[in-house]
Amino acid sequence: MLAYTARRILSLFPVLIGMTLVVFAIIHAIPGNPAQMILGQRATKEAIAEVTRQLGLDKPWYIQYFDYINSLVHGDLGTSLRTRGPINQEIWPFLSATMELTLAAMLIAVFIGVNAGIISAWFSKSWFDYLAMVLALIGVSMPIFWLGLMEQWVFSIELGWLPTTGREDVRDPVSAITNLYLIDTLLQGRFDQFGTVLQHLIMPSLALATIPMAIIARMTRATMLEVMKSDYIQTARAKGLGMFWVVYKHSLKNAVIPVLTVIGLQTGLLLGGAILTETIFGWPGIGRYLYDAIAYRDYPVIQSGILVIAAIFVFINLIVDLLYVLVDPRIKFTK
Amino acid sequence: MRKKSFKLVLFALLAISMLLAGCTGKTRETSGGKESGNGGGPKKDTLVYGRGGDSTSLDPITTTEGEAYKVTENIFETLVSYGEKDVTINPGLAEKWDVSDDGLTYTFHLRQGVKFHDGTDFNAEAVVFNFNRWMNGDEDKFPYYTMFGGYKNDEGHVIKEVKAVDEKTVQFVLKRPQAPFLKNLAMSPFGIGSPAAIEKYGDDFRSHPVGTGPFKFVEWKQNDTITLERNPDYWQEGLPKLNKVIFRVIPENTARLNALVNGEIDIMDGLNNSDEATVKANDKLQIIERPSMNVGYIGMTTTRKPFDNKLVRQAMNYAIDKKALINAFYGGKAEPAINPMPPSIKGYNESIKDYPFDLEKAKALLKEAGYEKGLEIDLWAMPVARPYMPEAQKVAEVIQENLNKIGVKANIKSVEWATYLDKASKGEFDMFMMGWTGDNGDADNFLYTLLDKDSIGSNNYSYYSNDELHDILIQAQTETEEAKRNELYKKAQEIIKDDAPWVPLVHSIPLLAASKDVVNYVPHPTGSEAVTNVEFK
Repeated sequence: MLAYTARRILSLFPVLIGMTLVVFAIIHAIPGNPAQMILGQRATKEAIAEVTRQLGLDKPWYIQYFDYINSLVHGDLGTSLRTRGPINQEIWPFLSATMELTLAAMLIAVFIGVNAGIISAWFSKSWFDYLAMVLALIGVSMPIFWLGLMEQWVFSIELGWLPTTGREDVRDPVSAITNLYLIDTLLQGRFDQFGTVLQHLIMPSLALATIPMAIIARMTRATMLEVMKSDYIQTARAKGLGMFWVVYKHSLKNAVIPVLTVIGLQTGLLLGGAILTETIFGWPGIGRYLYDAIAYRDYPVIQSGILVIAAIFVFINLIVDLLYVLVDPRIKFTK
Repeated sequence: MRKKSFKLVLFALLAISMLLAGCTGKTRETSGGKESGNGGGPKKDTLVYGRGGDSTSLDPITTTEGEAYKVTENIFETLVSYGEKDVTINPGLAEKWDVSDDGLTYTFHLRQGVKFHDGTDFNAEAVVFNFNRWMNGDEDKFPYYTMFGGYKNDEGHVIKEVKAVDEKTVQFVLKRPQAPFLKNLAMSPFGIGSPAAIEKYGDDFRSHPVGTGPFKFVEWKQNDTITLERNPDYWQEGLPKLNKVIFRVIPENTARLNALVNGEIDIMDGLNNSDEATVKANDKLQIIERPSMNVGYIGMTTTRKPFDNKLVRQAMNYAIDKKALINAFYGGKAEPAINPMPPSIKGYNESIKDYPFDLEKAKALLKEAGYEKGLEIDLWAMPVARPYMPEAQKVAEVIQENLNKIGVKANIKSVEWATYLDKASKGEFDMFMMGWTGDNGDADNFLYTLLDKDSIGSNNYSYYSNDELHDILIQAQTETEEAKRNELYKKAQEIIKDDAPWVPLVHSIPLLAASKDVVNYVPHPTGSEAVTNVEFK
């Protein structure tokens, strides 16, 4: 296990280096002088020269790349052109907000999705199966924009159960420690705030969960159907083992690998920021941070934002790979 | 063993759901308690203002963005200030001022006993410090300082020197008269900051603003909330009335309205015109109208065929039905624009008649220009909503239909906003939608900024150039006698009307919605205002 883990981690390095190269190339792929683009039309020659120097664009590209890697290693992600703040400090609250939302959404998606898939497979071709798969189809094709506004209308305006937008009751704000508000409120023993934060989390995470939930449900059903036809399951059932244990222990364990893959990919995608969900629910996440940066041509933020998200994506896939081995120990011998 | 673990799972689930239920119950109570505060209990004193975007900086001179000023108007004050609802000049941090006969020396007598939020004194040295800081900067650092014609060593810079005569008197000496000088000083970017704090924070002053205003800065959660609290030492007795103001970002207009209906925010801007009826039907909400100081227009690049021909540009003016547009997309909350600036601005020419909606006349003009067989052009529609243009794509479709009737085939195009502005300033569009909200309520800020040949490459997107107009606009900049100046601007509008570089479309009335218990909210035409007098019923 240890050797396998080490091998997997080592194999990350080429990927990470490739990523930095791509991200580094972004600023050089822009037509024209980036300094001119940053300063706009009316900029004087001196100002352009100054910014060119500041960005280090007057040096050869390999020196620039080396400088870039050097500052990355020292945790320096650059400075935002728009807010002039250091990006490594700025990005953290957005990232945490997105993480909280993503984790909540994936919990919902996995719990409901996997169970719906299992039950659909267990009672395949029953009314539950058809209903669940039709719902999953709707879920995949549901426009989040519409779904979000509908949720607000039903749960906030009509029923008054949940707040429409945001992460907290702004009149009683959470004092941030980790910026994961559920944890922060618990650390401070503010159980009332914990409840409010949870309430704020429900609608956006439900909206965000819809698509992955549907995909996971369909994937689980398909692989479960496959596994349940296999000989050893027939044997287990012949032995008189209860159906519940046959399904949830013996079948699931063998059906879970493709499902894990989907979960990993979906988590990575959501962590990249869900611009629509964040916009409708006023969620201050990484998606909107990047979106704003693109609208303002804030290149350092675009660069660093993409890099961070890509790194997280890679990291999640590493975790998924390691989980494969936990679930199915045969995997580590295959390489 | 198996049964045991299954039971354990069930038990854990039960425990979690009970915990959740418990928390939810508790929050209900607290929020319920707050709501009762509206009625019988303690008076509500926190205003939550919902808006579409975050500020980029809280040091107002470092930005040109309206979202910044909405906040900084509450933290900083200017030497002179605008009227509550208009752009007349009133005392601000300066109680009174004298202007020399030649219009070159302005002497400001400052208010006594004013302190910055950090406890340091506001005095003449502080004013000098701020102006020196700005004039030694550049366009990248302090963009709006160009209102004074450039920076310290620039030829166009009008301020020769700013000096402290004594503790409470500050004097501005100009190189040449600048008619809108006082109106410029009243603009939000020229709020006076604490020199001590500026030195302490350096560039970080943009996230640690310290001024003399009614509210002090507390916290900024980016893209989420900015919290201000009452300045207990504010120089105006008994003000401000609120204890806290929270600016909260909710990007989507409908979601923001949902939050207002649900009581999570108390007031919002950027209400869709189409949602006005919803707000009116809700007896807990009210509509607040912001006085118009903007213009939405269709520009025609006068250096490109076929719009290099004045007759073609005039034909476009005859062909577009403004009234129908206003009824369809502005819910009637706009007036048709005749000139490039709104009637509320001094020097507006009321005697100019608009080109009427007359398709036959339009066709005749096209024929005269040699385009009787029709022509094909690109019509660029902006990708974002602006107060003067809430639904650009749909407006473009109606205009396309209008033009089709006179044999002009318009292909609607669009591109992301930064690129849109970039292309427009390079003169790459045939016909395009654009607009402007006034900065300081001066005619110069519309006519010179948008249509003078000096502004080609920046805000004169139609590349319109007329030497006679240029002479008049330059003369008006230094003319300090108001009546004469207004005459010059009236003449300028006549020239522009005839040359027709634009089809002026609308002066729109931006809408805000608020909870009914919010009182004394007076929106300012410039788009930002302090909430000093706002309170809850």
